[in-house]
Amino acid sequence: MTDFLLELLSEEIPARMQAKARIDLERLFTEQLAAAGLKAGTITVYSTPRRLALIATDLPAETEAVSEEAKGPPEGAPDQAIDGFCRKNGVTREQLEVRDVKGRPTWFAVINKPGRATRDVLAEAIPAIIKTFPWPKSMRWGDASISTESLRWVRPLSGIVAILGDDLVPCEIDGIESGYETVGHRFQHSVPLVSSEVERPAAESDPNVSRLRSTRTEPGRITIGNAADYAEKLRACHVIVDHEERQNIIRDGAAKAASDAGLDLVEDEGLVIENAGLTEWPVPLLGSFDPAFLDVPEEVIQLTARVNQKYFVCKYPPNAQHGEGDRAQRGGHGFASEPGSVGQAAPGSLLRPTTPPPSAVPAATSPSLGDREEKLAPYFVCTANIAASDGGKAIIAGNEKVLAARLSDAKFFWELDQKTKLEDHAKKLGNIVFHEKLGTVADKVERVARLAEWLASLEGTGLLRANPEQTKQAARLCKADLVTEMVGEFPELQGLMGGYYAEKQGLPVEVSHAIRDHYKPVGQGDDVPTDPVTVWVSLADKLDTLVGFFAAGMSPTGSKDPFALRRAALGIIRLLQSASINVPLNELIKFAWFSHATTLMNSNEPVVLLVPMSNFTGGDFSLRSAGDLKLDMNWKMIHLLSHIPQNGEFHSIAWLPGGVNEVGKGQTDYGKFSDGIDIELYSFAEVSESLLEFFADRLKVQQREAGVRHDLIDAVFALGGEDDLVRLLARVKALQAFVETTDGENLLAGYKRASNILKKEDAGAPHLMRSSGGEELASGQGSASSAEHKPLSYTPEKAEQALIDALDAAQPRVTAAIEAEQFETAMTALAALRAPIDQFFEDVTVNDDDEAKREARLALLARFRNAVHQVADFSKIEG
Amino acid sequence: MSDKKPLSFQQIILKLHEYWGNQGCAILQPYDMEMGAGTFHTATTLRALGPDPWKAAFAQPCRRPTDGRYGENPNRLQHYYQYQVILKPSPPDIQQLYLDSLSVIGIDPMLHDIRFVEDDWESPTLGAWGLGWEVWCDGMEVTQFTYFQQMGGFDCKPVSGELTYGLERLAMYIQGVDSIYDLDYNGAGMTYGDIFLDNEKQMSEWNFEVANTDTLLELFNKAAAECENCLDRKLPIPAYEQAIKSSHVFNLLQARGVISVQERASYMGRVRDLAKGSCEAHMVKNGWAA
Repeated sequence: MTDFLLELLSEEIPARMQAKARIDLERLFTEQLAAAGLKAGTITVYSTPRRLALIATDLPAETEAVSEEAKGPPEGAPDQAIDGFCRKNGVTREQLEVRDVKGRPTWFAVINKPGRATRDVLAEAIPAIIKTFPWPKSMRWGDASISTESLRWVRPLSGIVAILGDDLVPCEIDGIESGYETVGHRFQHSVPLVSSEVERPAAESDPNVSRLRSTRTEPGRITIGNAADYAEKLRACHVIVDHEERQNIIRDGAAKAASDAGLDLVEDEGLVIENAGLTEWPVPLLGSFDPAFLDVPEEVIQLTARVNQKYFVCKYPPNAQHGEGDRAQRGGHGFASEPGSVGQAAPGSLLRPTTPPPSAVPAATSPSLGDREEKLAPYFVCTANIAASDGGKAIIAGNEKVLAARLSDAKFFWELDQKTKLEDHAKKLGNIVFHEKLGTVADKVERVARLAEWLASLEGTGLLRANPEQTKQAARLCKADLVTEMVGEFPELQGLMGGYYAEKQGLPVEVSHAIRDHYKPVGQGDDVPTDPVTVWVSLADKLDTLVGFFAAGMSPTGSKDPFALRRAALGIIRLLQSASINVPLNELIKFAWFSHATTLMNSNEPVVLLVPMSNFTGGDFSLRSAGDLKLDMNWKMIHLLSHIPQNGEFHSIAWLPGGVNEVGKGQTDYGKFSDGIDIELYSFAEVSESLLEFFADRLKVQQREAGVRHDLIDAVFALGGEDDLVRLLARVKALQAFVETTDGENLLAGYKRASNILKKEDAGAPHLMRSSGGEELASGQGSASSAEHKPLSYTPEKAEQALIDALDAAQPRVTAAIEAEQFETAMTALAALRAPIDQFFEDVTVNDDDEAKREARLALLARFRNAVHQVADFSKIEG
Repeated sequence: MSDKKPLSFQQIILKLHEYWGNQGCAILQPYDMEMGAGTFHTATTLRALGPDPWKAAFAQPCRRPTDGRYGENPNRLQHYYQYQVILKPSPPDIQQLYLDSLSVIGIDPMLHDIRFVEDDWESPTLGAWGLGWEVWCDGMEVTQFTYFQQMGGFDCKPVSGELTYGLERLAMYIQGVDSIYDLDYNGAGMTYGDIFLDNEKQMSEWNFEVANTDTLLELFNKAAAECENCLDRKLPIPAYEQAIKSSHVFNLLQARGVISVQERASYMGRVRDLAKGSCEAHMVKNGWAA
């Protein structure tokens, strides 16, 4: 058993691609081994910016010999068939054997596959892995790139180390041959170039050649002996090949650099991994910046440091005293190392501040003195890829300078943005297209402001009380920061910056918070806003987006959701749940729809609202469906309504891409309008229906993820017609509690039995089968059907009468409880049916020879089933 | 670099000329037209096409009207210099060649933290893209390093390696100054500000406030028409020059704020079509297969 080492050396691999590359390398290698019938003891994969490495242990020297038998044609078969069989199996006719198969002599080929040397298997596997490696982006390079068929790799591939035991695995791909040699750290293990051959002929006559030569260097080569000495040989040449070890050095080293200065590091695992992917010899170094930059919001500083520079930031520990003293103490320079450490730094060795840690500096006039919350400190930790000869002094100084330039840009933006009021910034939103079919961001803001104000003005119990004026104001300003310099630089600060600017401008805290948080909740773990103004603005923004894209026919398909509509829908669901807003979704959609219509009619865009003339009565109008319009020749453009239409006065909107002017505004003949012009028609009913379905799907996913039984969600959803999320979820909750009791379990069993009997009868008695969902069940009135109350033509059996009585008693109670939204009570009322239904099945024969009895009993079962369906469609419940 | 006086701005250029000249590059002078980046130089764009080997280095003035700050921002200019090296096909030791060039201008890799950080390059205007890095020196981007994969919509056969040094930034770093205008230009008392500050002030004012937009629009359309005229006559190089011109005029129009977001895409599409058309004509004229 031997170990195998593979190293693929290349130019710098993007940090973000390394984790997946490790997984892919292990997978491809394992597949190649498996195809040859090999399996390694363990496989370990490493990555650095310049190499992917794999160590497989305990490989056998060769694959096992395999003997296979193939059954051929019978003995007397035509020559053609026998020859074909030989060819297929790579044997000659002489090698065939005759065997008896059920009394019939038949040709057999015995194919002996001898074991192959593992080395040969690997020599073939390596080029195959390289050729099929799934880099997210790959490239060609060098002389070979004269052909587009040349080898592709993430960046130029320069070497292959492949050693099995102590022996080379010889292989070659596109001129790159495997060997024992690799290179160490790019700088810490490089040597002056002495060969004159690499100097260009042009240089020979140049008087500066000798000096130039001294500046040329080349990477120092390392010869690897085997898998066992690989990591240590590299370490001796300043390369830590194990990415996890580098991550540990960075994680611990950065924390220590901060704590040595009396600070807390703001942990950031993403940065740890990224920096480990950018370094072969990581050395965390502490630097500082001018505390004057701390006027800029912390998030901005953190983002600049993290995104642009890949630095960690530091905070003062709680209650630390800090302030203006820092700058004086710090002098103009970064922390320099002790002279003794020059050139000796091991990776991760830290430079000590020559000044006292800031926590020891008495604060002069810090306003944040004694704050419990941690404040950002004017320090950062960068990760160098070298133990520099001066101990990192120059590196720190350079990084401080770069960060200072970045922060002064940020400070400039911060101050510049505040010179313009948010309402003036907002005016520029007309220059940003939200979507070509949905107008500019200014249009969107207008719609959202109108919608938010309506929502905040809704009357009802349990509704959030927000000042409609403030709500409108917040909505009007919520997107204004999109045109600020700061958000232009850091789009991820949208909302947050608007909030800061609103606060600086002296707007009410309700408004600034709403601007700040109106994008929330963004991700699954994100906080859900609770401030009333914020909730309404956030709802309005998301509703507007959803309704707009759905109306324009751009709902998500499959995995494609370019406008993040699923996230918006989930955000709405979470907002409604968290604030217990019991406005039906359909109502919310209607409001958003009308806000869209209003904006469209106010705009100069070639958009008209179409209604049939026959239904046009001054200001009110109605349109039953999109289909009506096409049939109706009398229609007219109408102008803005001054009120929100009530149910039954709905309308459709048409976008006329060709423009109204070209066909004459005010044309009243549909035929002329449609002449050569593609009218896109969107009907409210269709949009609303598909949106409700969309919400239902989101809700199911959300509830499933929250551990709610999906069959119970389905059971409640199957009733249809319920678009009040709060009520719907209350019902699911009550149902879950009920079905887990003994009563619930037994009732479910009884239900299933009844349902099965009814199902069998389905074909013969369709009139009994009206319980498969639909309106009848939606509001729980299905059971009142008079057919089920027909007087019986015979004397019912005792258990039969008991069930009738129980249903008579339970049904009104269930109905009343559901109307009162007391779902637990409804469940309790249902539970009373459990004993009678059990007894019924025990004592009564449904399939009686007397047709009248049979039908009556089936009807009774149907009634029982419908009663249960008032609460949920139990057929969806598992168990 | 701390011991002796750092190189002046012009010395940096001269050292790079000397170094890359010694590597067999033709040292070219700047292209005599306004352009947004050194990549627009025909020595880069057109030479990246086709099979012929090519090595060149040059300093190219770049104009980015919207980056003008009236000479008030220490880090931003509407006119600045890039140092471009193009090596075709990309040599196997191109990274080492580049690193050695840094030593030549006074950056000691044992003292500084030099890193290759992923940064893929794409120019929709030129129908071009490549993979590579931005090279960081102590956290500052000093060079754009790209392996061209496509140019003008054509696969590069072979691939060229392109190095673009940001000269002002590099010089500020080497000289340790905080403002572009304080850069030592010639080592004899003349600063970058002495030479370019007035230029920045006046050009910023013209770019943002004065330039006659009707004239610019006309220029754009005329350059576009002339480009097409040249393409009709199968003259790819003059056609390409007109494409560059239209691109710069488009940048000026943007600085004047007369191009709406909606129009922007269509202008860019037009420039792209001209540039790609010129590249295509260049391929055809030379008899190169796509």
